[in-house]
Amino acid sequence: MRRRSFILGGIGLGGALIVGWGLLPPRSRLGTRETLPPVAGSVALNGWIRVDADGTIAIAVPRSEMGQGVYTALPMLAAEELGVGLERVRVEQAPLDAIFGNVAVLTANLPFPPDEAQTVMVRASEWIVAKLARELDLQITGGSTSVRDAWQPMRTAGAAAREMLLAAAAKRWNTAPSQCRVADGVVRHLDGRSVPLQDLIGALREVPLPSDVRLKQMRYFKLLGRPVPRLDVPDKVTGKARFGIDLRLPGMLFAALRASPTIGGTLRHVDPGPALAQAGVVRVSTLPAAAGSAPAVAVVAKSWWLAQQALAKLRIDWDEGPNGDMSTDWLFARLRGALGAEEGFVFLERGDGEAALGRAVQLIEADYRAPYLAHAALEPMNCTARFSNGRLEIWAPTQVPSVLRHVAARAAGIGEDRVKVNVTLLGGGFGRRLEVDFVPQAVWLARDVAPAPVQLIWSREEDTTHDFYRPAAVAKMKGGLDASGMPFALVAKIASDAIVPQYLKRTYPSLAAAGGPVLGATDKTTVEGLFDQPYEFEHSRCAHVERHSPVPIGFWRSVGHSYNAFFMESFIDEMAYAAKREPLDFRRLLLANRPRHRAVLELAAARTRLRRLGPGRALGVALHEAFGSIVAQIAEVSLENGAIRVHRVVCAIDCGVTVNPQIVAQQMESGVVFGLTAALYGEITISGGRVQQRSFPDYRMLTLAETPSIETYIVPSQAAPGGVGEAGTPPIAPAVANALFRLTGRRLRSLPLRLAGS
Amino acid sequence: MELELNGQRVSVDPPPGMPLLWVLRDLLGLTGTKFGCGIGACGACTVLIDGRAVPSCVVRAADAKGRKILTIEGLASGETLHVLQRAWIGHQVPQCGYCQSGMLMAAAALLARHPDPTDAQIDAAISNLCRCGTYPRVRAAIRAAAQTDGKSK
Repeated sequence: MRRRSFILGGIGLGGALIVGWGLLPPRSRLGTRETLPPVAGSVALNGWIRVDADGTIAIAVPRSEMGQGVYTALPMLAAEELGVGLERVRVEQAPLDAIFGNVAVLTANLPFPPDEAQTVMVRASEWIVAKLARELDLQITGGSTSVRDAWQPMRTAGAAAREMLLAAAAKRWNTAPSQCRVADGVVRHLDGRSVPLQDLIGALREVPLPSDVRLKQMRYFKLLGRPVPRLDVPDKVTGKARFGIDLRLPGMLFAALRASPTIGGTLRHVDPGPALAQAGVVRVSTLPAAAGSAPAVAVVAKSWWLAQQALAKLRIDWDEGPNGDMSTDWLFARLRGALGAEEGFVFLERGDGEAALGRAVQLIEADYRAPYLAHAALEPMNCTARFSNGRLEIWAPTQVPSVLRHVAARAAGIGEDRVKVNVTLLGGGFGRRLEVDFVPQAVWLARDVAPAPVQLIWSREEDTTHDFYRPAAVAKMKGGLDASGMPFALVAKIASDAIVPQYLKRTYPSLAAAGGPVLGATDKTTVEGLFDQPYEFEHSRCAHVERHSPVPIGFWRSVGHSYNAFFMESFIDEMAYAAKREPLDFRRLLLANRPRHRAVLELAAARTRLRRLGPGRALGVALHEAFGSIVAQIAEVSLENGAIRVHRVVCAIDCGVTVNPQIVAQQMESGVVFGLTAALYGEITISGGRVQQRSFPDYRMLTLAETPSIETYIVPSQAAPGGVGEAGTPPIAPAVANALFRLTGRRLRSLPLRLAGS
Repeated sequence: MELELNGQRVSVDPPPGMPLLWVLRDLLGLTGTKFGCGIGACGACTVLIDGRAVPSCVVRAADAKGRKILTIEGLASGETLHVLQRAWIGHQVPQCGYCQSGMLMAAAALLARHPDPTDAQIDAAISNLCRCGTYPRVRAAIRAAAQTDGKSK
């Protein structure tokens, strides 16, 4: 089936759901004074902003802070319009409310190439999906959408609050609001009088919420675009920052668990006796599979270490289930078989598509592959729950509080209105904390020991062996050059499992059942970075073959881009050498009509040239667009005793308007280290149905000593903001692979990058 | 059992064999020291014992008896931040922040031994894992702290 009919089907499905819920009024995201929980002596100005008794501005952030800087970048949006500096701002995690739902995360995932972005069909489906997102109340931190989603509503909230401050002060002075300004924590009259914000609290209660506000023009920005220090940093250098695992409640118990070591295995029998005989042990519980989790045995004790020690005393009899013979070799053979045998779902067909390759004077063809990867967030999976009087309260480092509440309520058999979710700081997310597999486990344990609260913590070994892995993928890339050596055709076909339908099955099974086939086949995460790549070919085609396997898969920082950038940018390099052109020149040729992409490439190249290339080193370039941002990386690479050594990475980015250049640079550094870890070491293998890697010694991380110097340069832009949390990850693997080709003449087409004998 | 923790004597009665990490976190409520792997491989639980950086997840609390234990909670002198903490803020090192307590303690042990460390000494001393990739800023902040310290002496 072709893309368009599927997409129309998808729009129909979305439309049907909306009609099913009744016709919805257009909904403002400003919220009301009642959206935030009341605080004595303060006044809420709308759903996002409150003036507290000490004159501090409390700003609600509906996204999770997992290192990417949302606790700073998002308040900056509101503070800019409000006219206050961040030193007067206190960040609060927003409660669950429809105004905080992430609309961008759904609209950004529609399967349309950028060239079609302005067509009526795309606009219509974005509109429907945006409505859907609001009704679903999807409070999701993912897809690098936090700034993109908050850009309008949080600036609007700030501007609306500013108008109210001015109105309150104007009333006090019996003058017009236009005679007043917000500055330095006060409202100032043009004649020099001023009033502190806390003195306006009473008057602000009487000022109505404005119905229409005007946003600042970019040239008047005072805060946005400046390297403002992060608000979360001071507590993170003193040990005061509280992550989910740091929560302490009176009478709290701790739980450790062991889940089925085989994928798809079940629990046959366990005798709890040996664990119960241990000092400090309160209970042994068995936990069925739920929300994607494997069946498990848990021990609850007075400290986590005691629980973990007692767990080791248990002899658990597992049934290995149907996958006891499953191995990574078998999984890859299946993917390769599917790639050869099936046409797949066509996401893009332009010109004559694959038929054009018949006219190629030179045909270039290559097979690529990428392995399963674990997230390995440094804070192991954990969740704290307390059940009392039929109400459930949960504290969790999560990227999806609304999904979590839904799944927790289902596990508890109570309504969502009786579940309270508290989002803590996250010790790394990377997509792993979009999952809620540990939530039913914590809920059931809390019910078993109610009314005591219980903190479930997975060991590192459980975390590594029970992840939702970045899916493995294989690709066949074909390119055609004409008689003059010009590239004119590109055909990409990949085979992998699809994440979105699996995710929906474990979180919203009814929605998955209703929209299953449509949602599965149009999961653009499988081909993102390939079907929407920026190089212009007269003829092109991009297809995906979905091959489901029992291996749990999930969203891993940059998702499909993480492997598609490697396939695409390595292959473009291959085509460049076949065409006997410099890789940089070849890219320029294909980007003749893409000024933003060219500017990014030129900036990276110019900065790279400022330093002389060391002896025995080579450069490799990669350019990739993802999450609304364009990133180029140039890697300087050598071999040291046969091992790959990356010395320097020059990174240029166009992320549209820059909110905080310091955070952009941090995220580029972060993306490079994360991507380089995967490029050099990342590989999860399966044997006998079990994941073989268990902890950091065998699932290796890049260390400080192995980290290159990383320089980030930003192309000034006034375009709509793009995401920066993930865009830095995809280009580094192909940049290093391309440098290695230049250095050694060997083209590495499989990740992680390994030279023979190393 | 009595421990000398952050300059104070504290009484605690841990079960036999309990590692220092869990005594700190679950018995004493000092949650700044983090659990990452439990096998001394990631460095998130790094504390100083008699000035040496050690992974507290593999040190039995009983073995720390009679020795000076310093955790992230004791790194600053009252309200005055340690020179490394100030450098960490200046260079905006942390992202998610989970590994940073351990990073700072490892860096403090390094600076105590080598007031002006070379790159090779930094490489050797900081084996802590950071999944957010703060490494370049960790290096820069250690250098800056060494410079500040050198000047102030």
